[in-house]
Amino acid sequence: MSALDRPEVRPRPVYLDLVRIRLPLPGIVSILHRVSGAVLFLCGIPLLLLAVQSSLGTPEQFASLKAAFSHPLAKLVTIGFVWAYLHHFCAGIRYLLIDLHVGDDLLPARRSSAMVLAVSLALTLVAGVRLW
Amino acid sequence: MTRPLRQAVGAHYGWKDWLVQRVTATVMAVYTVLVLGIVLWNGGIDHALWKALFAHGAWKLATFVFMLALCWHAWIGVRDIWMDYVKPVGVRLALEVVTVLALAAYVGWTVQILWGGR
Repeated sequence: MSALDRPEVRPRPVYLDLVRIRLPLPGIVSILHRVSGAVLFLCGIPLLLLAVQSSLGTPEQFASLKAAFSHPLAKLVTIGFVWAYLHHFCAGIRYLLIDLHVGDDLLPARRSSAMVLAVSLALTLVAGVRLW
Repeated sequence: MTRPLRQAVGAHYGWKDWLVQRVTATVMAVYTVLVLGIVLWNGGIDHALWKALFAHGAWKLATFVFMLALCWHAWIGVRDIWMDYVKPVGVRLALEVVTVLALAAYVGWTVQILWGGR
């Protein structure tokens, strides 16, 4: 069969009532993986570069960067990015393992998705406590 | 119903992106663990230590490779987001171009930071 006479694609049912959709835990991890990735791309990378740039400047610049980070709002934002990175990291490790057929059955996959949420939140908490 | 089989702004019809996403992720994970390890090993980091670390040629290269992996990874991920939610071809192309330009700028900025001299 040549590529040109592929069978017609029948319209698929689409159900996108976001308020009523009940995502299973792996689904929640998945959408958070995407959201955290988007946030890291849009704001995380430029802010990281900005921070590294001024941290590598003069000792005064390093000190003023530290001072800026001591503002409670800056700490909250940093904790947000720390969570985004950690969640993306942990969820990514889970996907790599699933690719290797580690825990790709329904129950282990559910359990590991709960673990991803728990571990990334716990590590964020640790980082947050240290930061504060 | 006839559909164009290949779109200019479609997926790239292969497993290359899938593999690249995983290889770049692994590179970034290793670098992340390295940074964490260095910071924890030294019990936190001060300005002198931080500057000494980034004065190393090997660390500059590692950081540059991390950044390339990050940007390649981000390109595939962000492009997937545009492909999922943005259907008009023109808008999608525009967003993809903006994404590439932003990533190119990120890489350029990294080079300036690492080798710019001050």
